[in-house]
Amino acid sequence: MSGYLASLEAESIEMIREAVALAEKPVMMYSIGKDSSVMLHLARKAFWPAAPPFPLLHVDTTWKFREMIEFRNRVAAECGLKLLVHTNHKRKAEGVNPFTYDSDTYTGLMKTEALKQALDEGGFDLIMGGARRDEEKSRAKERIFSFRSPGHRWDPKLQRPELWNIYNARIHAGESIRVFPLSNWTEADIWQYIADENIEIVKLYFAAMRPVVRRSNQWIMVDDDRMPLNPGEVPEMRMVRFRTLGCYPLTAAIESTATTVAEIVEETQTARTSERQGRLIDHDQAASMEKKKQEGYF
Amino acid sequence: MRDVLRFITCGSVDDGKSTLIGRLLWESKQVFEDHLSALERDSTRYGTQGDAIDFALLVDGLQSEREQSITIDVAYRFFATPRRRFMVADTPGHEQYTRNMATGASTSELAVLVVNAGKGLQTQTHRHARIVSLLGIRHLVMAINKMDLVDWEEEVFETIVEEFRPIVRDLGFQSFQPIPVSALNGDNITERSAAAPWYKGPALLRYLEEVDATTDVPDLKFRMAVQLVNRPTHDFRGYCGRIASGEVRAGDRVRVVPGGQETKVRSIVAWQTELPSAAAGDSITLCLADEVDVSRGSVLVAASDPVDLSDQFEARVICLSDHHLVAGRSYLMNLHTSQAVTTITAIKHQVDVRTGSHVAAKALEMNDIGVVNLSADRPVPFEPYERCRRLGSFILVDRITNETVGAGMIDFSLRRAANIHWQHVDIDKQARARQKLQKPVCLWFTGLSASGKSTIANLLEKRLFAAGKHTYMLDGDNVRHGLNRDLGFTEADRAENIRRVTEVAKLLVDAGLVTIVSFISPYRAERELARSRFEPGEFIEVFVDTPLEVCERRDPKGLYAKARRGELRNFTGIDSGYEPPESAEIRLDTVTESVEQCVEHILHMLEHGAHAKAKEL
Repeated sequence: MSGYLASLEAESIEMIREAVALAEKPVMMYSIGKDSSVMLHLARKAFWPAAPPFPLLHVDTTWKFREMIEFRNRVAAECGLKLLVHTNHKRKAEGVNPFTYDSDTYTGLMKTEALKQALDEGGFDLIMGGARRDEEKSRAKERIFSFRSPGHRWDPKLQRPELWNIYNARIHAGESIRVFPLSNWTEADIWQYIADENIEIVKLYFAAMRPVVRRSNQWIMVDDDRMPLNPGEVPEMRMVRFRTLGCYPLTAAIESTATTVAEIVEETQTARTSERQGRLIDHDQAASMEKKKQEGYF
Repeated sequence: MRDVLRFITCGSVDDGKSTLIGRLLWESKQVFEDHLSALERDSTRYGTQGDAIDFALLVDGLQSEREQSITIDVAYRFFATPRRRFMVADTPGHEQYTRNMATGASTSELAVLVVNAGKGLQTQTHRHARIVSLLGIRHLVMAINKMDLVDWEEEVFETIVEEFRPIVRDLGFQSFQPIPVSALNGDNITERSAAAPWYKGPALLRYLEEVDATTDVPDLKFRMAVQLVNRPTHDFRGYCGRIASGEVRAGDRVRVVPGGQETKVRSIVAWQTELPSAAAGDSITLCLADEVDVSRGSVLVAASDPVDLSDQFEARVICLSDHHLVAGRSYLMNLHTSQAVTTITAIKHQVDVRTGSHVAAKALEMNDIGVVNLSADRPVPFEPYERCRRLGSFILVDRITNETVGAGMIDFSLRRAANIHWQHVDIDKQARARQKLQKPVCLWFTGLSASGKSTIANLLEKRLFAAGKHTYMLDGDNVRHGLNRDLGFTEADRAENIRRVTEVAKLLVDAGLVTIVSFISPYRAERELARSRFEPGEFIEVFVDTPLEVCERRDPKGLYAKARRGELRNFTGIDSGYEPPESAEIRLDTVTESVEQCVEHILHMLEHGAHAKAKEL
């Protein structure tokens, strides 16, 4: 491992240990994506030979790729960690879905609202997440230990100054802290680390022939028969992979021939678009991520 | 040469910092096509550059600041060239956001100070140079920007540089590189520009790729603050932390501070393996040969070169909040992984950040920097900040609001802590209490002036005395005639007033007495500090909860009337605040109950309630 990656790793392990030392009841978000896989790997390193002393939490919209769910269940079992899965069943029963609802409403209900339900039910005072500062403009300003007022709201003006490696996790009842141990990692770092540490990730990240349809200049995968096709739309097989994984109707694939981590690393280094470009939810409003974050989205 | 550089950009408003970073990202090809199309869209909507691309929009993330065209928080940016990776803290130029600049500087090794060629050095330029120096940054680049607006006049550049040179020396920078640039046009960013043939130095990005930004620090041996104790099974006990300095090998002799026990390193545990050695910056788990007393906040050090332990410090502090830092007030101090209740015992002076001169101050306001004396409630291991950033930096946290209100750097320990030891006495508090057949407590009355504190306290003492108890009453007005005659009514003086009374009350409780304190004591922080000086159950807060209108109507000394007429300043309830207790042991309502009834409540509580509850603790 390069000296640079080793220092990023040491820094993140320090953050995860601080999070656990300062919290009453911590939890780690697990989204099954590559960043979650790296964060979980770092947590396992931080507490070795013990298992990390917190459960994993997955907010399941029920619209994840099928492969992701299989992968999630297997990895949690292998790590010996308790896996909490939460779905917003009320909204699900109301018929909320990513096809007939606009992406903003859908995300608000099935992800943000669901997340808040899960956190309130679990009574967690500190939540670790895999967001990175390089992902998106409003995340560039995020603290590593980020203060949330009651109701999980993020107010950029209420954030505590964060100096050196000293974190203030003191809160009153109802407030919480979100911790982002991957704050200082870039997409390229994540991939290089996955390669160096041989971390297993969901196969969807690797290129393969998959059934896709073309919508708004992006490739959308037809993962199961719940996806309604537009008149005249016929899925075609394409060599594609995903740079980022969300709900399948809201995550676009890219055409790629990268079938190994090494090839992905190379592709990432020459990429001309950002990874979140495939996330349809980021584009639906001006400053959309900032707004979602204020409401409690990760 | 390290393959990574973390730096901060700072400077005055409108000097073009965000544009400069946007340009660096652009030139190092970190701008993706989808970001670019968003940028083109935004440039027409919010941009200040007409139809041309406004690079500042790449980095000004939050919507509100895009609309105001200023940066209001620290943004962290990442870019890389084939030679180095960079993390940039982009920080605001507005004076009220200086705290964010200190935040960005705390994790940086180098500062790029942006100066507007057309305006020259500004107050903020001096302030920011001093802040980055204070936070230990020893490498400075001065990007003199907007050179295109002064026709690339060499003289403009040289004048600014010459005016600044003495400051570079004063502030102790090890390296200083001035570079003339135009962030807007991209001149002298990646390559030397033909626009300034007179400039022979490096372009900005080339310089950042090559500069050696390490800081000369003394060669410290092994030090590691313990973050947590990892004890999954009976036969494994590991101490987790990140090494602050030096190197450690299996078999090395180490010492625990505090405690002073010495032992050997049995193993250095890493993921699925053991390491022969580890060095500064590594996150590790250490197993020791003997069972020693180690917990979070302990520091493991090379036995041959231990760290100091102290509870009295002189430190430089930056006030980060709109709650002033005042002498006499206590805070939680987070110093590496240790935490101590710490009181600012004196503000020695404030630093004028423009000139560096010392100014007398009673309080530090938001963005002020000052030198203070600190007294912790127990000795903590430390290094001066100059020797070791990790073991010499701390934050101050408000105990009520939990806000981070200050950040500081330890300069040295004040020797008196090391040399004055507690004198051991054989007759102790328990012995004196037994002799008097009572449990000594401190009954702390708080409430507005004329709320009835002294009247109730007076009757209570008579009743206790009649019952054969040994008592003493400390009254606010009386103490101000003697012990505290030198104190006024400012926030700082009120804090000191309460601190002294607390100490006296503690001595009286130690003497075995039922001690009654009757003080307005308007601030929660001081009352909590007072409480923290007593053992659990010894401190009983009595809130005399009389509404302001009622107190003002009573006004036996005519003080409210005086205050209303403006003849009496800083009067609680009128032009100075009162923070009611949130969890007082006893709350008295003097509107519906008589003085006798109030006293009965207290006597009853003393016999059964708070007292009994306290005994269980």
